[in-house]
Amino acid sequence: MQDYNEEDYLLLSGIQHFNFCRRQWALIHIEQQWEENVKTIEGDHLHRKADQPMIREKRGDKLIVRALPIHSRELGVTGICDVVEFVRDPHGVPLAGEEGTYLPFPVEYKRGKPKRNDSDHSQLVAQVMCLEEMLVCDISKGYFYYDEIKHRVEVMITAADRERGRTSLQEMRHYFERNHTPKAKAGPHCQSCSLQHICVPEILNKRSVSSFIESRIAE
Amino acid sequence: MKKILNTLFVTLPDTYLSLDGDNIVVKQEEAILARYPLHNLEAVCTFGYAGVSPGLMGACASRNIDLTFMTRTGRFLARVIGESRGNVVLRKEQYRISDDDKRSALVARNMIIGKIYNNKWILERATRDYPLRMDTDRMKKVTASLAGAMQQVREVEDLDILRGLEGAAAVQYNSVFDELILQQKKDFYFHGRNKRPPLDNVNALLSFAYTLLSNDMKSALEAVGLDAYVGFLHRDRPGRASLALDVMEELRGVYADRFVLTLINKKLIHGKGFYRKENGAVIMDDDTRKIVLKAWQERKQEKIIHPYLNEKMSWGLVPYSQALLLARHIRGDLDEYPPFLWK
Repeated sequence: MQDYNEEDYLLLSGIQHFNFCRRQWALIHIEQQWEENVKTIEGDHLHRKADQPMIREKRGDKLIVRALPIHSRELGVTGICDVVEFVRDPHGVPLAGEEGTYLPFPVEYKRGKPKRNDSDHSQLVAQVMCLEEMLVCDISKGYFYYDEIKHRVEVMITAADRERGRTSLQEMRHYFERNHTPKAKAGPHCQSCSLQHICVPEILNKRSVSSFIESRIAE
Repeated sequence: MKKILNTLFVTLPDTYLSLDGDNIVVKQEEAILARYPLHNLEAVCTFGYAGVSPGLMGACASRNIDLTFMTRTGRFLARVIGESRGNVVLRKEQYRISDDDKRSALVARNMIIGKIYNNKWILERATRDYPLRMDTDRMKKVTASLAGAMQQVREVEDLDILRGLEGAAAVQYNSVFDELILQQKKDFYFHGRNKRPPLDNVNALLSFAYTLLSNDMKSALEAVGLDAYVGFLHRDRPGRASLALDVMEELRGVYADRFVLTLINKKLIHGKGFYRKENGAVIMDDDTRKIVLKAWQERKQEKIIHPYLNEKMSWGLVPYSQALLLARHIRGDLDEYPPFLWK
C-alpha cells in the first residue's frame, strides 16, 4: 500500500464537491476559484458553531470534540471533522489522557435538510476511514446534523461505501495530478451551484470560436 | 452571469475610509460622512489619497472587493489585491504563450479584429442614424478600409505586422472620429489622440474613460486567475498591465469612446467643466469628474446580449466575461479567443 506525501493530500471537503460535479471540484481545488452565494454563506455561518477547536465537552459517557483535524496516509486526504463524539464503549480504544475505552463517531454539519442523492455521504465515509486509521479502531457509523430540521441522522457505513470512497478518491487524484479540469455535464444541479458564473457550463457546447469570428467579419 | 454590484467612488480628497463591522465608513476629520454595507459593493475607487485602514483593506481583499487608489486627476496609483487567485498552471500557460511570438500573435490578432470590427460598427451606426450630419462618402471609405483590414488581420501570424495593421486601422478610425461629435463642437473636437498630457477636452475625457476601463479590466483578469501584467500584444514593461491593455483594445471604442460621445452629445457635460493649464494640459474640474463617474456607473448597469455567449448581461460584466473567455481559451477549452464583437 502506497502512503501519500503530506504535501499532496487532497481536502476531504472536496469529496462532496467532486460528487456534486467533477468540474465544480476541479474549479475549486485545482483552479482555486470560489464565489460566494447565499448557500455558501449559510454554510459558513453554520460551521462557525462547529468550528470552535477550544471547546471540549463531557456529557455522561460522551466526550464531544469540535473541529478535529484528521487525515489518512493511506487515502492521502486531510480535513477537519466538525464534531467527533467519543462514546465510552468496552469495544473501543483507549484515548490519551482519558480513562476507559472509547469509540469515535463523526458528526458532519450540513445546511438544509437530508438530500436524496448521496453527495454528502461519501465525505462522512472518508471521515470514518480517517478516524479508523488514526485511532486504529473500527467504526460502524457516523451522523449528519441538518441545520434546517435541527436534527441528526444516523448513517451506517458499509464495506461497499468504503470501496466507493476509495474509488472516487483515486479518480480525484488522477485529475489532480494532471491538473485537469474536466468538462461540465450541465444539468439541473447547475442552478444551485455557487460557481455557475465561473464555470459557464454551456460554453463547451457552443459552436467553434473560429466559425463565430469568420461569420461575423464576413457580414 | 454574475451580478454587477456598485462601485463606490470617493471623490472628496481628504476622507479616510475604515471598517466598522461589515460596513465601510467614510470619515472626514473624525466626522462620519457616510456608511455603506460591504456586501453591496464590488469595487471601491478613491480619488485623492487620505487613507484606508488596514482592516478595511483586509475586508475588501477577503471579499474580493477591488480597492483602487487614484490621483485627484484620475491617474492610477495602486490597487489592493488579496491572495492571488487561480491556478498556477493557468498562469504558466499564459507566460508560455507570452514568450512565444507566434502563439501571442494568434491570440492578439483576435483582440485586434474585435477592435476594428467594433470601430467599424460605431461608424456604420452613426452614418445610418445621422446621414444628414455625416460626410457619408468619407465614412463609407473608412468602413470599407476597416473591413479590408479585418480580413488581413485574420491571416496574420506575426506580431509586428499585426501592430502595423492595428496602427493603420486606428489612423483611419481617428480620422473620422470628430464626425461623431454632434453637439457642443466649439468645446469638444477631436484632431488626434494625445495623452501625456491630454491637450483638449475630448482627449481628457478619453484618457479618463480608458483609466476606468483598464481598472475594471485588471480586476476582471485577476479574478479569473490570469496575470494582468503579462500580455501578448503589449510587451512586458514593469508596472504596465499589458494583458489588461490587450483585452481593452477591443473594448476601447465600443465601451469608452461611445461613453465619451454620449456625455458630449447628450450634453451631460459642458466646456466650462474643463480648464487649461499654462502648458496646454487640460484637466476636468471636480463636478465634471463626478458627473462622469456617475454616468460610468450607470452605463455599467445597462443590459446587452453578449455576442458569443448569447447571454443577457450588463455592460459592467463585459470585461469579466472576456477575461473568463480568455482563461478558457488559454486552458484549452476553446479553439480560439472569442473577442467581443459588438453590433
